[in-house]
Amino acid sequence: MTARRLAKGGRIDRSRMISMQFDGRRIAAHPGDTLASALLAAGEMIIARSFKYHRPRGVFSAGTEEPNALITLGEGARSEPNTRATTLEAFDGLVARGQNGWPNVRHDLSAINGALSPFIGAGFYYKTFIGPFRGTAFWMFCERYIRKAAGMGRAITLSDPDSYDKTNAFCDVLVIGAGPAGLSAALTAGRQGLRVILAEQDFALGGALLSAPPDAATDAWLSTTADELHSLPNVTILARTTVFGAYDGNVFGAVQRQWDHVAQPPSDEARQCYLKIRAKRTVLATGAFERPLVFGNNDRPGVMLASAVRTYLNRYGVLAGQNVLIATNNDSAYATALDLVRAGAQVTLCDARASVPQPLANELTSAGGVCLSGHGIASAHGHRHITAASVVPVDRNGRATGVTVRLRFDLIAVSGGWAPALQLWSQRQMKPVYDTENGCFLPVPDLLPDMCFAGSVIAAPGLSDAIIQGALAGGASTSQTAHLADTAPHWARDLHPLWCVMNAQDKPFGKAFVDMQHDVTVRDLDQAHDEGYVSVEHLKRYTTTGMATDQGKLSNVNALARMAQLSEKSLPETGTTTFRPPVTPVTIGALVGHDSGEHFHATRLTPLQDWHLRNGAVMTQAGPWLRPWYYPIGDETLDQAYRREAAHVRRAVGLVDVSTLGKIMVQGPDAANLLNLLYVNGWSTLKPGKLRYGVMLREDGIVLDDGATARLSEYDYLMSTTTSGAGRVMSHIEHLLATSLYDLRVRVTSVSDQWAAMALAGPASRDVLRAVSGDFAAALSPNSLTDAQVEGVAVRVHRMSFSGELAYEIYVRSEDAEDVWAALITAGAPHDIAPYGTEAMGTLRIEKGHVAGPELDGRATLRDMGMGRMASSRKPFVGSVLAQRPDLQDPDRPMLVGLEIDGPIGAKAGAILFAADGKTEGNGLGWVTSTTWSPALERFIALGYLGGAPERIGSTVRAIDFLGESTVMARVVSPQFFDPEGERQNA
Amino acid sequence: MIRLDCPVCGHRDETEFAYLGDATVRRPDPSITDPGTWADFVFLRDNPRGAHCEYWQHVMGCREWLIVNRNTATHQIDSCQLARSVFAGEATMAASS
Repeated sequence: MTARRLAKGGRIDRSRMISMQFDGRRIAAHPGDTLASALLAAGEMIIARSFKYHRPRGVFSAGTEEPNALITLGEGARSEPNTRATTLEAFDGLVARGQNGWPNVRHDLSAINGALSPFIGAGFYYKTFIGPFRGTAFWMFCERYIRKAAGMGRAITLSDPDSYDKTNAFCDVLVIGAGPAGLSAALTAGRQGLRVILAEQDFALGGALLSAPPDAATDAWLSTTADELHSLPNVTILARTTVFGAYDGNVFGAVQRQWDHVAQPPSDEARQCYLKIRAKRTVLATGAFERPLVFGNNDRPGVMLASAVRTYLNRYGVLAGQNVLIATNNDSAYATALDLVRAGAQVTLCDARASVPQPLANELTSAGGVCLSGHGIASAHGHRHITAASVVPVDRNGRATGVTVRLRFDLIAVSGGWAPALQLWSQRQMKPVYDTENGCFLPVPDLLPDMCFAGSVIAAPGLSDAIIQGALAGGASTSQTAHLADTAPHWARDLHPLWCVMNAQDKPFGKAFVDMQHDVTVRDLDQAHDEGYVSVEHLKRYTTTGMATDQGKLSNVNALARMAQLSEKSLPETGTTTFRPPVTPVTIGALVGHDSGEHFHATRLTPLQDWHLRNGAVMTQAGPWLRPWYYPIGDETLDQAYRREAAHVRRAVGLVDVSTLGKIMVQGPDAANLLNLLYVNGWSTLKPGKLRYGVMLREDGIVLDDGATARLSEYDYLMSTTTSGAGRVMSHIEHLLATSLYDLRVRVTSVSDQWAAMALAGPASRDVLRAVSGDFAAALSPNSLTDAQVEGVAVRVHRMSFSGELAYEIYVRSEDAEDVWAALITAGAPHDIAPYGTEAMGTLRIEKGHVAGPELDGRATLRDMGMGRMASSRKPFVGSVLAQRPDLQDPDRPMLVGLEIDGPIGAKAGAILFAADGKTEGNGLGWVTSTTWSPALERFIALGYLGGAPERIGSTVRAIDFLGESTVMARVVSPQFFDPEGERQNA
Repeated sequence: MIRLDCPVCGHRDETEFAYLGDATVRRPDPSITDPGTWADFVFLRDNPRGAHCEYWQHVMGCREWLIVNRNTATHQIDSCQLARSVFAGEATMAASS
C-alpha cells in the first residue's frame, strides 16, 4: 500500500498546516483532515494491534463504524483510549499512540498469539477456566496475564482535568444527520417556523456529499442550504454532536464535543456537553454503513471499505493505494472505481455478479480500469500490509468454481452492500425486517408515530430521492423540492447477497474475520453453530461478535448471513439482534457532568449550618442532610467527643440541632379524624396546647414512622416525622387524601424547610429557657407547648424529651434560627451549656431505649418494638387489620431488647445474636441494631431484636460480628437502660 | 424516558415523578375488619402486558397524585389525570345514580 496525498483536491484547507504526533513521529495535516486521513497521507500503515491475536491493523473505514484504527488520544490525565482515528478531527498538537502492541504496534511481541489462535476461539474462557486444577486460584492467577495480553487501550486512573456540562433541549423537529436528506428535512421544517435541532456528528455538514467529487451543482446546493439553515433563528445546528441514544417519549441523549478539536479546552469551558433532547417529532437521516466482504486475511492493513477509499480521495485528497483491487457484489463500488481511475490509480474491479451493469462497466473500462465479472476475492496476501490478492471465479452461491489467481495489489477496496444506520430506531424496541430487494435490514415505517426516515437509512435509491424524502419528512406537502441530478449510483443497486467466497468444503480461504474489533472469524461462528448455538442472541454472546465498541456496525449482517447459511434458513428468518444505547461510545465524563464528588446528589443544610462550621463541628451525612456529628474540643476523637457531650447533657445542659425532623402542618375541621386514621393511638382527646407521641403503620401493618404531633389550635396540628421518613410520610398522607379520604376537610403542607428546631436538654435547661423567655415558658408542663419570645424573636416551645432529660424543643422560623441558637448559647454560658451532635444524641436515646431509624427498619411491628399496647382497639387506623396477621402476632418474633456488653469492646450494629453456648449456625436468635458507650452506665450497651425475648431477659447471649469477626458477650435487659420511670424528663 | 402530561404542570420528565402502581384497586372502607379484603387490597396485583391504569405522584412538582393510563409494553401514555378529580367524579356519579 502506497497511500499518498495528491497535489490537489479534497475539502481540506491546504493553505494551513497542522502538526500532530503518532507514536512519537510527526504527522503533518491540514485543517479539515481527520487523524486517519493524515496517517494515510503520511503512509502510516499499522495503527493498532487486534484484540486477541495482536494482528496488525490499519484504517478500514472513514467514519464511526471503524473497527480497527483505535488509538489512545492525549497524554497523562487527558489520555483517552479507544478513540477512532477516523472521526478524530485533526488539530495542532494532537498526540496519539497506537494500542495493544508492545513495544509498539509496528513491532509487537504478543503477535505470537496469532499462532495460538486455534486455542483461543469462541467460548475460550468458558471452556478453559474449569479443571483440571482444584479450585479457581490457579486460573485466577493465569487470567491476570491473559487479560493483560488481550484488550484494547488502557483506561487511566488519574482524575479527569476537564469539566463537562449537561443541558436540556426542546424542539418541534429533531433531525439526526446532516447529509442531503437531513439538510432537506431541516430546511423544510425550518422554513415553516418550527423549532428545529439539526444534529450532525461530523464537524462539517453534508454527509455523503462530502465524499463525492467536486461538482458545481451539488456543492452549490450544499452551501446555499447550509447558509439558509444558519440564517434561520428557529434552527439550531449542532455539529460535532452524536445522538447516541433514543428513549421513550421521544427523548434523545446526545453529546456535543465542544472542545475536542483542540489540544486543551479553554480553562472556563466544558470539554463536552451532554444534551437531553425532547423532541415532538424526529427525522432519522442517519445514512448507511457500507458492509465489508469476508475473505482470508481481510483484516490486513490495506483492506478498506470502497466508500472509505472514495471518501479519502474526494474529501481529503488522499489516494489510499496506487494499484487497487475493488471487490463488490453491487453497483455502488463503481463510483469508487471511476474516481480512483480518474485520480491516476490502476484499478481492477472484481464483481461477484455474473452479469455486470454494462453502462458502468463500459464507463470504467473506457476510463482505463479493468472489470472482471463473476469473480470474487478469496484471500489477501502480505503480512504487515497488502501486497497481493487471490481472485477466483465464483458461482451465484459464492462457491469458488476455478483456480485462484494471485495478482499484485497495494490496496483492496471492498463493498458488500449497505446497512442502514437504524440503531436509534432499533433502540426503541423495534425489530428491523430484511428487505430482499435492497439486500439489507430496513426500519418499518409508522411503528413509531413520532419518528420518520429519509435518505439512505431507508435505502433512498439516489441523491434526488434522498432530498425529496427529507423534504417530505420535514413537513413538505408535495415533493416540489429543487431536484439535483444523481451524480453516482448512490445506493447498492442490484445487490447480489454474496458475502464470502467459500472453497469446496464450504470454508473461507484462510483466516477470515467477521468482527475485526473482537477478532471473531468465520471459524468461530461455525464452531458455535456446531456446539448448538442456534439463536442469534446466543451466538452473539458466545462468540462476542458485535459486542465490541463498534457494536457490530460492520459485522452484524455478515455474522447473521453466516448463521443463516449454517442453519439453512433465510436471513429474514434468522432475524437480527437488538441495538442498545450508545450507538457510538460516549465519554463517561459527559454523562456524569458536574454530578460527582460532593455534587453527586443534592445536599440539604439546616439553617444552622454556618454556626456549626464556625464552631468546629465535624459534619456527617444523614441521607441528603449534613448534620453536626460532634464538636471536638482540641484534638478529641469522635469517641472522646461524643462521650463527653452525652455525659454533659445528663450533668448540665446541651443544645442540639433537630431541624432535619420532618414537619407537616395538618389543618382543617377533619384534622383530628385524619390523625386518628394515620396513627395507631387516639387523637380525639388531645387539647390545644398539648402534644403527643404517635406511631403510624403502613397498610400492611408494619411500622412506618413515629414522632410527636402538637395541637397548635382548634384546627391546626403540627406533625413531626423522623428525618429520613419525612418524604415517605408526606406522600403517604397525600395519597390517602387524594384517593380515599377525599371527603375529609383537611389540608397537609410540608413546613420542614420553613421551621428550624433545636432541643435544649439537661437538668439546667429550665434555667436557660427562663433566662431567655421568662418564667412562663419555663413553667411548661410535660407534653405542652406555648408561644414565647427569645430576644424579641417569636418562637414556639414544646416540652418533650428524646434524651430522657428535662428538655424543650424550640421551633423558630428558619431565617431567625441562628439568632435564637446564639442567644441560647449565650444565656446558657453560666450553666455551662454545650452543643452536642448526632452521635451523642444517639447515645442518649439508646440509654432511654427510644427507637430510631435502625429500629424502624421496615420489618418491625409495633409489638416488636414493645409498644403493642399503644394501639387503640376502639378505632380503625391504617394497618390495623393486617397488623393482626397471625405471623405478625407470633410470640416468638424478635422483640426489642437492651444488651449490656461485657468487656471493653462494644457490639457492632448488625452483629448476629446467638445463645451463650451451643453451635453458631443458622440465622441466630436476633441482631444488634444500635450500639454505643453509655456514660451513664459506664459500659457499652446496645439495642437489638431478640427472639423469645421475655424469657431471655437476664440471660447472656453472644453478639457475633461476622464482618469484623469479633464476638462479645451481652446480658439481655430491658431497653430502658436509664431512668426507666422518666423521673428526670418529668422533673 | 417517559414524559407525563401533568394536568397542573404540563409535560414533565418521569424523573420528577414517583410511581406507586395499580390505580384500579380501591381502599376498603376503614370499618371492614376482614383480613382477606385488606390482603387483596395491599398485596394482590395483576401484572399485565399492555394497558395499565396506575398511580404516579408529581413529587418534584405540584405533588398531585395522578392516575395514568400507560401501555406497559410500549410506554405509550394514553391519559394522565388528577386522582382527586377522578375520585370526585366517581363519587358524584355514585351519588346521582
